[in-house]
Amino acid sequence: MKFKHLYIAFLIVLVGCGKSISPVDSALDKQILHFGNGTEPQGLDPHIVTGVPEHHLLISMCEGLTISNPKGGDNLPGVAKSWSISPDGKTYTFFLNENAKWSNGDPVIAEDFVWSWMRILTPSLGSQYPDMLYYLKGAADYHQGITNDFSTVGVKAIDKYLLQVELKNPTPFFIKLLSHYSTYPVHKETVLAYGSIDDRNGQWTRPGNFVCNGPMNLKSWELNKQITVEKNPLYWDAKKVRLNEIRFYPVSNESTEDRMFRAGQLHVTNVVPLEKCPVYIEKKNPNLRIEPYMGTYFYRVNTKHPVLKDKRIRLALAYAINREQIVKKVSKCGQHAAYSFTPPGSAGYEPQTNIPYDPELARSLLAEAGYANGDNFPILEILFNTQEGHRKIALAIQQMWQENLGISIQLVNQDWKVYLAREMTGDFQISRAGWIGDYEDPNTFLDLLRLNRGNNKTGWENIEYDQLLELANSTNDQVLRYEYLNQAEKLLISEMPIIPIYTYVRQYQISSDVKGWHPNIIDTHHPKYIYLERE
Amino acid sequence: MLQVILKRIAIAVPVLLIVASLTFFLVRMAPGGPFDADKVVPPQVMKNLNAVYNLDAPLLVQYKDYMLNLVQGDFGPSFRYPGRSVTEMISIGLPVTLELAFYAILIAMIIGICAGVTAAVKRNTVFDYIPMSIAMLGICMPTFLLGPLLVLIFGIQLEVLPVSGWGSLAGDKILPSITLGAAYAAYIARLSRGGMLETLNQDYIRTARAKGLPEHKVIIRHALQGGLVPVVSFLGPAIAGLIGGSFVVETIFQIPGLGRFYVEAAFNRDYTMILGTTIFFSSLIIFFNLLSDIVVLLMNPRARSEV
Repeated sequence: MKFKHLYIAFLIVLVGCGKSISPVDSALDKQILHFGNGTEPQGLDPHIVTGVPEHHLLISMCEGLTISNPKGGDNLPGVAKSWSISPDGKTYTFFLNENAKWSNGDPVIAEDFVWSWMRILTPSLGSQYPDMLYYLKGAADYHQGITNDFSTVGVKAIDKYLLQVELKNPTPFFIKLLSHYSTYPVHKETVLAYGSIDDRNGQWTRPGNFVCNGPMNLKSWELNKQITVEKNPLYWDAKKVRLNEIRFYPVSNESTEDRMFRAGQLHVTNVVPLEKCPVYIEKKNPNLRIEPYMGTYFYRVNTKHPVLKDKRIRLALAYAINREQIVKKVSKCGQHAAYSFTPPGSAGYEPQTNIPYDPELARSLLAEAGYANGDNFPILEILFNTQEGHRKIALAIQQMWQENLGISIQLVNQDWKVYLAREMTGDFQISRAGWIGDYEDPNTFLDLLRLNRGNNKTGWENIEYDQLLELANSTNDQVLRYEYLNQAEKLLISEMPIIPIYTYVRQYQISSDVKGWHPNIIDTHHPKYIYLERE
Repeated sequence: MLQVILKRIAIAVPVLLIVASLTFFLVRMAPGGPFDADKVVPPQVMKNLNAVYNLDAPLLVQYKDYMLNLVQGDFGPSFRYPGRSVTEMISIGLPVTLELAFYAILIAMIIGICAGVTAAVKRNTVFDYIPMSIAMLGICMPTFLLGPLLVLIFGIQLEVLPVSGWGSLAGDKILPSITLGAAYAAYIARLSRGGMLETLNQDYIRTARAKGLPEHKVIIRHALQGGLVPVVSFLGPAIAGLIGGSFVVETIFQIPGLGRFYVEAAFNRDYTMILGTTIFFSSLIIFFNLLSDIVVLLMNPRARSEV
């Protein structure tokens, strides 16, 4: 009898709690977007931070000269209402919008950009993205301390609303660089009120102190919990902004994020858990999105290794991988097999390379290199950072190389920082890697393998490749430029210092309430176009 | 008693210094640095960054500087989060973790002591077997399984409780507190059952019964005080463990506590944050152990006389 009472009491408590109205349901009227933002951002100083969560926050609160086009393609006006380019493609003149204001009401002027770019190029600030401005005349010299005179850098304010930029070479993707947060202006008086120009630890990015010029303002920042931004009424295009608030949640655990979405606590997730993706595809989950993304999953080959320095072996390894099988049977989340380093469709660039799956050819190449049937081939290692997805792909490739080439491979997984340190010091044979484009242009990929580039890490150096990229960077003719880039890409694939595996896709879940959200290859969704509406 | 406390504090200081020194050198021996990233920065930038954080000085000089700052209570700036000091981050995460630990231990004590005492009093009956079987299950079931299971039932199927958060939505503290408290409830149930069984066989309990006291008075007034000594001894390390080990629950339920800072600092090689949190957790463990020893001394006259 006693138990019966207890049971009834428990039921009453549960029913009393009742089904609660989820944050997503209650967000419609208030136009509050609940956004899964991956990890806690390092900070909000656009000249110091790196990373995607920071990008999501900064595009909502600050604005550069241009903004990314929400539907992909050419950038749209930001603080610059228009611009002109000299015939040689080296001088850009930006006409700034007189209505552009900082969130404290000050006008955004050309001098703000000059000071901000001086700040990111100040060596003692220790910014990790100064190279985004290395295309400017004299910028690299200033940043590397060769000169202390900033007037030698190719940026100057002609008048209050006229900014002139001089480049070293014609750089057709320069306008696209200007929507990257590293090129954003910062409010000089605010920064200096909380520290010097090169103070990394200044408190100007805290709520109450933060001044910027984007469609949203920083409202609150609860570490590891939530960052809330609210509509900025002083934004020059405020009438277009329909969201009143965005709440960014740093949910690093994919399963937690998935549960939050299912319980109506999030409108958009950052990712889909690896194991859930094939299930959601099979069940035709209407909230699942799988969209092209400008990123490539590949294996780096250490070309300084006594065996792997032989191009024939690198080609044999590449030709013995069945990429279609990897995307269909292993990664299983809509990825596309990669036959080039640059993802197809990057700013209209279509790579004309192919990497055949041809075990016969692979075996003959290996035999040519002196390892017929894999005999006497040393046991090589595939290095990857500890993650289930990487392990599965490495296992599949290990098996393919064993079956097709008769060679043995060991899998070595390491903690992220250890993996990075080993890659950096060349302490690897083959290592997993991924590269996501910083801007929509093939240069963001092909530049990686040039001479003396820190991100090359393969030890591969090719003068001809470097010259082709130099030629591409010095022409103002886009057709000719893509021709040079294609030649460089073919050369790269014929040498195979990197083995492309698949092209990334963006997988996430999004509520059907979210409107004005368009797929684009760089996965940038400007908040001024997003709103909530239920059909 | 005062002598015991002073002695323990005198030992704690060198212990903390050893912990700080060992951690300092161990994190520096680990491969990788705080500014290593997928996208490699030019050597000039790395040089500048190292200069900003004094990482270009010889290791022993860095050690000396760190220890000098430490004795003045300065844990230094976080390398991962520019503009945040380690002290500030600990002060943000600690109240949340303490609150979570408090609710968890409260749940653990209420459930654990009730179940354990009932099991001891009704020994070898269904009231003993069922709670003790559940307790065994609770000890065996890891939080990373129990947490999502509770979320699935109460958050997603029944839709009565939020699946994540801390202090944002009504009722969002219930599931994490139960998840974290469950394993400890199970331990406490077993410990209190054992302690009670031993106490119930003592002569003074027989005397109390012989005097004609009702059974509930025998249990509450006389048996509990002795029977719960093992539970109190367990509480010190348990609270320290709850605070230090809440990382999994904090991750599952998206709670902005100290546990997440601690583990993420290790992954990020955020040297000062690793050191700060390690020293802080060590102090907590020392403090709670001392506290539980004091309570045991107060509850157990025999232990007092041994001192």
